[in-house]
Amino acid sequence: MDLFIQLLINGLTLGAIYGLIAIGYTMVYGIIGMINFAHGDIYMIGAFHAVITFLILGVAGITWVPLALMLMLIMSVILTAMYGWTVERVAYRPLRGSFRLAPLISAIGMSIFLQNYVQLAQGARNKPLQPLIKGGFTLSAPDAGFAVQLGYLQIFIVLLTVALMVVFTLLITRTALGRQQRACEQDQKMAALLGVNVDRTISITFIIGASLAGVAGLMVTLYYGVVDFFIGFLAGIKAFTAAVLGGIGSIPGAMLGGLLIGLIEAFWSGYFTVEYKDVAVFAILILVLIFRPTGLLGKPEIEKV
Amino acid sequence: MAGVVATIAREPKSLGGRIAKDMIISGIIVFLLGSQLIGIETIDDPKGLRFITRYDDVFVAALVVALGRAGMQMLRAGIAWPVLIGSVAFAVAVIGSTLIGGERDLSLLPFSNKIVDWIFGLTAVVFALRALVVQRRGGAPAPRGGGVMDAVSARTQKYSRYAAGLMILFAILLPVLFPERRIVDMGILVLTYCMLGWGLNVVVGLAGLLDLGFVAFYAVGAYSYALFAHYFDWSFWGCLPLAGAMAAFFGIVLGFPVLRLRGDYLAIVTLGFGEMIRVILINWWWFTGGPDGIRDIPRPSFLGLPFERQNPDGGETFHSVVGPMLQSVFDIELTFAPLHRIVYLYYIILILSMVTCVFTLRLRRLPIGRAWEALREDETACRALGINPRNTKLTAFSIGAMIGGFGGAFFATRQGFISPESFTFIESAVILAIVVLGGLGSQLGVVLASTILIGLPEVFRELADFRMIAFGAGMVLIMIWRPRGLLAHRDPTVLLHGKSALDRRDRAMAGEGSG
Repeated sequence: MDLFIQLLINGLTLGAIYGLIAIGYTMVYGIIGMINFAHGDIYMIGAFHAVITFLILGVAGITWVPLALMLMLIMSVILTAMYGWTVERVAYRPLRGSFRLAPLISAIGMSIFLQNYVQLAQGARNKPLQPLIKGGFTLSAPDAGFAVQLGYLQIFIVLLTVALMVVFTLLITRTALGRQQRACEQDQKMAALLGVNVDRTISITFIIGASLAGVAGLMVTLYYGVVDFFIGFLAGIKAFTAAVLGGIGSIPGAMLGGLLIGLIEAFWSGYFTVEYKDVAVFAILILVLIFRPTGLLGKPEIEKV
Repeated sequence: MAGVVATIAREPKSLGGRIAKDMIISGIIVFLLGSQLIGIETIDDPKGLRFITRYDDVFVAALVVALGRAGMQMLRAGIAWPVLIGSVAFAVAVIGSTLIGGERDLSLLPFSNKIVDWIFGLTAVVFALRALVVQRRGGAPAPRGGGVMDAVSARTQKYSRYAAGLMILFAILLPVLFPERRIVDMGILVLTYCMLGWGLNVVVGLAGLLDLGFVAFYAVGAYSYALFAHYFDWSFWGCLPLAGAMAAFFGIVLGFPVLRLRGDYLAIVTLGFGEMIRVILINWWWFTGGPDGIRDIPRPSFLGLPFERQNPDGGETFHSVVGPMLQSVFDIELTFAPLHRIVYLYYIILILSMVTCVFTLRLRRLPIGRAWEALREDETACRALGINPRNTKLTAFSIGAMIGGFGGAFFATRQGFISPESFTFIESAVILAIVVLGGLGSQLGVVLASTILIGLPEVFRELADFRMIAFGAGMVLIMIWRPRGLLAHRDPTVLLHGKSALDRRDRAMAGEGSG
């Protein structure tokens, strides 16, 4: 039971991070129907910005943890969002309305470019970071041999994710911007005719997706305490899997998918073997897709003949 | 500061104002993008992380991008002289300083690599040429690009028979013309990717199934040969059909449950397969050797004659048998040379890839090939016409997988050593990129794209760290330049309603992405 709770806590933390990245995939897919392969690398860039901001803060003498965290968050979000915007502007916008595989290849090229750009600019070695948020609660019965740890950092990650989710859901459902986004998702031509600036809306979608990836990058930096230029790849695939699992194009689905992937990984590593956790994730994805071909919360595609 | 921002934010009326605004904004954006990742380099010390600043590089980058952007805008507006003068000055400065500098790095650009300096200088030359064209046209704005290349690809299509013949002739003569290890090795690599590209073309180009895990079948082929050779001492020629069969079998097993998924769902599942097979290869160490891979995979023999100085089993070798024959017939002396094996491998892959090419070309004419293309266009209609979508897709998937498996077996025998490292997602991405960059469905396009994507990076080994950056940027640029692929010009073989039907189809396909 104790192990179960511990794994649940770890899984939720991991799932929150995957969920944040998955939203970026699902939003972009929803609005322009392309797999943004560079999104995982945007997240990696977010993590690097967090590390670099932390170093600058160290030199500037800001050591009060809440302020430092706040500044890291702001810097990482702003600069990562700029990368998201630029990637869309440079690599995807010229290809809009072109045939389906062109943006995909462009995205793969962008992903290779960003990875190697960071490797070149920052070196190939891991960047370690000392833990910023230490300590936590120990929850367990005194006679149990296994102490369940609930770190403050894990609470921080889950709370921040929940808060972002709430803000984000409000943004999509209640604001003019969200309405425009949903309109573009349904029919770009019609939305444009009705006065929605489609280019701008798509840019903002990329900016929001990249900002959330930037937050996820910060969280991973804090959680694992080490980043390198290659972390974006696996996290990207997992988050994309999460988005598909939840039904690509569906925002609650991305969150749900992220949580599920996090939990599957945690429980599989806890009860079975760590080595095959990625296999487990993909196997469950395939199983789900066999029975629900459009993911858990995805709308079934209506075919018109 | 606020005043400046307000001035920039307003939409300027004049052309000069617009160009200046664009230039300033792009400069600022590049500066901000580079402000942390380029401007600050983190260095990993035993005591922890520390950093050094390199803001001069960021300034140079921002300046170069802003100037380039302004140049593009001016050319678009038909202003030629300033661009011409500016780009010639830039090219002379950069190329000149690179030439004069010799070993020292005198260049203005912050790269420690001469070839990168050259690339920048040559880009400026391209700008200058473009400006000249605009000037000659009398200041008229340049028409939207791609026209020239469209004509080229249409012409290539027309003369494809001769082009292909010439290419094959060149390919056959390559080891004779350039008997150098480096060049023949490169030829082997390019041909391997051609073969894989043609294989994937069946899946992506003909059947329209987006497969992001093609490398899985490549891995299956490579490992089946390596394992059979390792455990049972089977030879390459015995294992080659087996590797193809294994890969096709995997294709069927993996494809059966998932091929009813549509488009991008299929993409992620195939990507997942690729990763799963890699993870299994790493972790099943007692059988596959794990991350260490399998060593000493036997090389192929020529009718049972090995390419060694001495046959380990004490028998004859290639040079000891063929040498005297050549000596008696042509009076040529043949002694042992390691190059022979490479040339032999080259011809094997040449034959394999030619067989693949003819095979896939012929498949298109078969009813099954027609069914693939029909299925790609409209699945519902196909079902109504009595085509079984699952079986049809499954054949495409498994035939693609089989070709991947042959390629994998060849890869294993060429390398002599394989490990899961060789079968990462990036391989799948490169093969897919070859298919799409060449122009979906174009056999010649695959050759061109694999020469560009595989051959050029091999030539530019000296680019070192910049190689993969250039590779990624190249993929993006080629896609933007030719979204339907380099040789994307295909007239349908049969036209129902003449040329206008063709235009309608093109428009419909162009609308597909946004719809």
